[in-house]
Amino acid sequence: MTVTDAPKLITARFDQDDAYLLSGYEASGGYKALRKALGSSPDAVMAEVKAANIQGRGGAGFPAGTKWGFLPPDISPRYLVVNGDESEPGTYKDRLLLERDPHQLIEGVLIAAFAIAANQAFIYIRGEMPLAHERVANALNEAYAAGYIGRDIMGSGWSIDVVLHWGAGAYIVGEETALIESLEGNRGMPRLKPPFFPAVKGLYMQPTIVNNVETLSNVPWIVNNGGAAFAALGTEESSGTRIFALSGHVRRPGVYEVEMGKTTFRDLIEAPVYGGGIHHGRSLKAFIPGGASAPWFYEEHLDLPLSKPAVDKAGSMLGSGAVVVMDETTCPVRAALRVVRFFAHESCGKCTPCREGTNWLEKIMHRIEEGTGRLDDLDLLLDVSDNLSPGITWPPKQTTICPLGPSAVSPVASSIKRFRDDYLAHIDHGGCTYD
Amino acid sequence: MGRLNANNVTLAREIISRYPRPKSALIPLLHLAQEQDGWVSDEAMVHIAELLSLTPSEVLGTCSFYEMFKREPVGRNLVNVCTSIACMLVGGDELLEHCEKSLGVTPGATTADGAFTLNEVECIAACTEAPCLQVNYRYFHQITHDEADALFAELRAGGRSDEIPPHGTLTRVRQKIVSQRWAGRGGDGLPEELG
Amino acid sequence: MTDIATSESVTETGVSITLNGRVIEAQPGELVITAAENAGVYIPRFCHHPRMEPVGMCRMCIVEIDTGRGPALLPSCMIPVAEGMVVETESPITKKAQDGVLEFLLINHPLDCPVCDKGGECPLQDQTVAFGPGESRFIEEKRHYEKPIAISEVVQLDRERCILCDRCTRFSQTVAGDPLISFVNRGNATEVNTFPDHPFASYFSGNTVQICPVGALTATPYRFKARPWDLDQVESTCTSCSVGCRVAIESSSNQLVRYLGVDVDAVNWGWLCDKGRFDFEAVNSENRLVRPLVREGDELVDSTWSDALAKASHALAGAKERHGSASIAIVGGARLTNEEAYVWSKFARSVLGTDSIDAQIGDGLPSDIALGLPRATIDETCAAKTVVLLSPDLKEELPVLYLRLRDAVVNHGLKLVEISASETSMTPYAAVSLRYRPGEAALLAQQLFEGSGDVDVQADLGRARTLIEGGSTVCVLGRSSVAERADSVVQAALRLCSHVPAIRFLVALRRANVHGALDMGLTPGMLPGRVSLEDGREAFTDAWGELPEVVGLDTTGVLHAAAEGRIQALVLLGADPLADFPDRDLARRALVGAGFVVAIDCFETDSVRQADVVFPAATYGEKTGTTTNIEGRVSRLNQKVTSPGTSRPDWMIATELAERLGGDLGFETVEEIWDEIERLAPAHSGITRERLSSSEGLEGIVANGHSPNVVTTMEATATVTLPVDGYSLRLVSARKLYDNGTIVQQSPSLAPLAPGEIVRANPADLDRLGVTTNDRVRIASSRGAIIAPIEPDVGVARGTVMLAFNQPGSGAADLIDASLPVTEVRVETVGRGDQEVSG
Ligand SMILES: Cc1cc2nc3c(=O)[nH]c(=O)nc-3n(C[C@H](O)[C@H](O)[C@H](O)COP(=O)(O)O)c2cc1C
Ligand code: SF4
Ligand code: FES
Repeated sequence: MTVTDAPKLITARFDQDDAYLLSGYEASGGYKALRKALGSSPDAVMAEVKAANIQGRGGAGFPAGTKWGFLPPDISPRYLVVNGDESEPGTYKDRLLLERDPHQLIEGVLIAAFAIAANQAFIYIRGEMPLAHERVANALNEAYAAGYIGRDIMGSGWSIDVVLHWGAGAYIVGEETALIESLEGNRGMPRLKPPFFPAVKGLYMQPTIVNNVETLSNVPWIVNNGGAAFAALGTEESSGTRIFALSGHVRRPGVYEVEMGKTTFRDLIEAPVYGGGIHHGRSLKAFIPGGASAPWFYEEHLDLPLSKPAVDKAGSMLGSGAVVVMDETTCPVRAALRVVRFFAHESCGKCTPCREGTNWLEKIMHRIEEGTGRLDDLDLLLDVSDNLSPGITWPPKQTTICPLGPSAVSPVASSIKRFRDDYLAHIDHGGCTYD
Repeated sequence: MGRLNANNVTLAREIISRYPRPKSALIPLLHLAQEQDGWVSDEAMVHIAELLSLTPSEVLGTCSFYEMFKREPVGRNLVNVCTSIACMLVGGDELLEHCEKSLGVTPGATTADGAFTLNEVECIAACTEAPCLQVNYRYFHQITHDEADALFAELRAGGRSDEIPPHGTLTRVRQKIVSQRWAGRGGDGLPEELG
Repeated sequence: MTDIATSESVTETGVSITLNGRVIEAQPGELVITAAENAGVYIPRFCHHPRMEPVGMCRMCIVEIDTGRGPALLPSCMIPVAEGMVVETESPITKKAQDGVLEFLLINHPLDCPVCDKGGECPLQDQTVAFGPGESRFIEEKRHYEKPIAISEVVQLDRERCILCDRCTRFSQTVAGDPLISFVNRGNATEVNTFPDHPFASYFSGNTVQICPVGALTATPYRFKARPWDLDQVESTCTSCSVGCRVAIESSSNQLVRYLGVDVDAVNWGWLCDKGRFDFEAVNSENRLVRPLVREGDELVDSTWSDALAKASHALAGAKERHGSASIAIVGGARLTNEEAYVWSKFARSVLGTDSIDAQIGDGLPSDIALGLPRATIDETCAAKTVVLLSPDLKEELPVLYLRLRDAVVNHGLKLVEISASETSMTPYAAVSLRYRPGEAALLAQQLFEGSGDVDVQADLGRARTLIEGGSTVCVLGRSSVAERADSVVQAALRLCSHVPAIRFLVALRRANVHGALDMGLTPGMLPGRVSLEDGREAFTDAWGELPEVVGLDTTGVLHAAAEGRIQALVLLGADPLADFPDRDLARRALVGAGFVVAIDCFETDSVRQADVVFPAATYGEKTGTTTNIEGRVSRLNQKVTSPGTSRPDWMIATELAERLGGDLGFETVEEIWDEIERLAPAHSGITRERLSSSEGLEGIVANGHSPNVVTTMEATATVTLPVDGYSLRLVSARKLYDNGTIVQQSPSLAPLAPGEIVRANPADLDRLGVTTNDRVRIASSRGAIIAPIEPDVGVARGTVMLAFNQPGSGAADLIDASLPVTEVRVETVGRGDQEVSG
């Protein structure tokens, strides 16, 4: 069992009770990075973030520095939008970062905005997180009062507004273009990329950078310690540390910041300081490595390192850092149905295949779980899946605008592939064989 | 009831002033209406349309997309029980079942005394704290059936009001509206005549 | 002109892409779906519409596209062609995906094609038959909604049939600018709907029915009237207003049942307004005049053509002999085709010998202005840098022109300078809105260029001036109110001419074929082809014989003369002065004073009831010929049904009368008439029948062969009319799309849409005058007084009151004195005694 001695980069203040207050944050070194950044230049900051090679923590895992580099020069206004919509089943990290260390995010936002020369930033927080709203609102007020936000910050001549914005209950709004639509006051329906890459045509069709809460929370550390120091953590293709939410059938479910690449799923699930093993001494049936959208993993994947390329290569993704563990007593049909239900419920309705297909998948799965399944339902499930995600490959192809529709295919295809017998049992037993 | 009251209209104007384009304030204004009345009435939507110079139809289009906006009255306390995968694995369904019994309503329904509306919801980002529920979006982590009963009893008796404001009130701390809005002004891509 | 000439004629070098293994040339920026179609490969689609921004959401058009990073399934409706792009529309992956989408669309779609209005012309049905899976694999309950709900007076929505393609909602938002329908709810529960009690009351709602790819949206006037397969179709031009939208007229068993907009670049892009789309109901009306009528005492009784023609010609001959040709006058003609107008023009001058003939009813512009100003087409207007709106509310009077201009502003950066007496539908789109007091447009124009006037408007005047002088400026010119005389706007226009020499005009006269009628000389002092009586005398005398010596009277002049007993025979050529002339009192006295009145019409209007002989006329859809739109664009009209009873086209009536008066106009067919027009009318020479019936004719051909040079001879003067006193307000009276005219009133679906008589005034004025409205007020002018409902409205400029013209029960015409420059009125609290007076 390897538990690396990597420092805690972004959860360091989680045990500090007053970290969410400016006093507490400053007491533990807060806003030093901002001062340092403003003292250098946007290009210098950009360079550090590029050097850190930090991959987006929102799901897609795209290198933040590279993304910032896509901004077309001298088109303004340009905007920074913080994605705090955290809604992917299994995912629980951004809420903690917002509630426990809001100033860390704000400092990251300010530095990022400075680097990309934005004069207005929006922090979009999922609607169902009132404590996060209160903590961030208070932190913003403190930061404005302290002169960290506003006009001519610390005499740098650079000015910025940071606006707190709440969602109102729609998972799809986590998708960056839907987030932008939502921020414009519209229905949260994604835009096609291309042509609507946010960096080029984003908020109000202006250049816009959308970054996840965790991604930006790393920026102060990167500026304080240098991109190289961050890159030195983890591995070359997967640098730094990352927060994993470990849930389901483990002894110690929890939120753990671990070093990328050097830690394995087995470490995370079994190490005493992390999951402490499957609960009740049972054995593992399956686990979801990166949030509801990710294809399932099994026993044989336990020793894969927590690194993007490794997991991608094995046919799934680290996604939003959500590891959901299912023990041997779990009904795979019921579990898959529950995940499919989520996507059907959250489809924005824009694309025909997703609007109709996710719903159809749920209906068929439901039938099987309830005992009125038919033998050819398995082929039907796979064919409907194929019409959402042709070839059922990984990474998925899609007949839709955004990946939500195809995401519903992951649990279906995974569970049928691995647990076909369970499905058959449900069908001839006329119901769930696990109750 | 219905249209925003004077204070909220003032607040609404401040909120609108923060965005490069007024329509961006639509969701915040709908939250404001829900905070005022506990739900979003047609009158409120018409009023918001006036404030943003939109049509009521445009307001409804956005409003109806988002689950948190209730277009009929709900109970004082909205009880959201999560049964998404992580919670399901460790007792989410049983928790919901228990709440149904204990409140005497099925999901979607409101108790006779108007104290509670029960909902079955998807992931609320507390997966490592499952099973969990929210009352007016305030979290209750790893909650046992007995704790749930105690909580409901307390709420019925009007307890915990400081911690759990009535449905509609999301946050008691607002970002102060900064007066200067040099940022985002103009250049938002619209010909100024239309902007 | 130059701007668009360049932008259109420049042919960029093409882009070559590989389509199903074949290399094809496409236009840069062209969408794959379009490029493929032009290359003969049709990619199925539902949400894509060539006249709207693509949304790529139905996913039917997804095809494999390789832009270098390997093939991916992409919506061909959203991807522009790129050099070297490889597109596969037939590959197994593409086919599988498209069939999948189709199946997804069908799982919740009802199987009611046999009873669906769209059945037989439904893309979804066709797709299904062509490629669709047979047996449904979806065994669950389909989505259920309450069957058709009325979302407006004319449109019904069946949400079960809806495939959520966003065409109707996109149209209402981005094309019509009336976002009154939208997606409601989310995901699988998404539906299209209105806000409760806020119906889809848009002048353009009918277009959504036409663009709905399934039978979800249906038009109340059409529902169940006929099935597509027993429909019979012909292309024609709409004459509900002078925009001249191209339409396909459809009939079933000799009844008009449906109009569809036809997409022509130059005019309507496939759109129609609801009035134009649905007023065919009037053509089918039971109340059409079907046989001639003659007066017996106080009554009009049925008669025969020979008898009625005899009476009419006898009266005309008598008037000519006893009192001279000048005692004969003809009012109207805007409803006629160009050919008919020409025949009447010839009949009036060569047989009756009168030049007192006028197609306008005192609510238009002097013909030398209408015909003499430098012209711009609709395309040129939309392509201009700045457009000056010195016009009526285009949304009310020329709806599809409103759509074109709105598009130019919203999507192409056109700047509008609005000069009007009050807010209009265009105000929200105007870069600058300048308000003038009724009667003082010329004064405002003067201030505009001389920088004089109130300080508080200086900034606006400055911005307007900069825009107007900024180059390529077009002015849309018309009467924004019939309660003020035309001269003030005319002078304003002349001032624009003198300050901006390069300015061109789009003359916004709204009535059907009024532009064609003027072109054909249905206006005093002008002959066909826009030549003055003098300039054309020689040429036309050769062809027509003797022409009148002196220039005749216009409609206002004719009515005055008639009122004073100087008109012995008055012909109402589809004109209803009692309803349409701004000054009803004068119109009334004229009809009484006229010796003998001949009316030619389709309905028994108030004016027709005053006539001594009435001839039933054929109308739109019942006759062939050509019509001329606001741009001077000549396009073809086609007959679809036969006119009721013994009614006839107006030109035949003229030839019959001519015969009985010993003249021979020399026409047997409509074709012969056009040939003579093409030969004699300078502005129309070269517009041959061959060209008109060729492909180029489909868009119509703009007649600009000649225009009289009258403008420079006039010079602008700005008159100020002083208010009578501090208590009086100035009346602004303009038309609404739905009014009390026979066409609307005889169309059951449209009649209820007329808003009725409502007075609008600025609340501040009402306070100032201490008027207690209790929702009705008394309005008094030097002419008379009426009682009407009132709505305070901040959009109405201070010092004015608005009263829609010719609404059911409207008294506007009772307040206006045609001889005064403006109409001053007093708005007063309704007193006890007044109650009975109200109508
Ligand atoms: C259906 C869907 C849901 C998503 N939800 C979230 C979310 O809740 N939070 C988030 O940060 N990113 C989410 N993403 C990813 C965003 O689209 C985007 O990639 C990310 O916010 C970029 O930030 P990053 O580069 O810092 O990760 C989602 C993507 C999809 C397709
Ligand atoms: S895939 Fe689903 S969620 Fe994504 S845009 Fe299409 S309909 Fe919306
Ligand atoms: S036609 Fe292209 S997605 Fe609908």
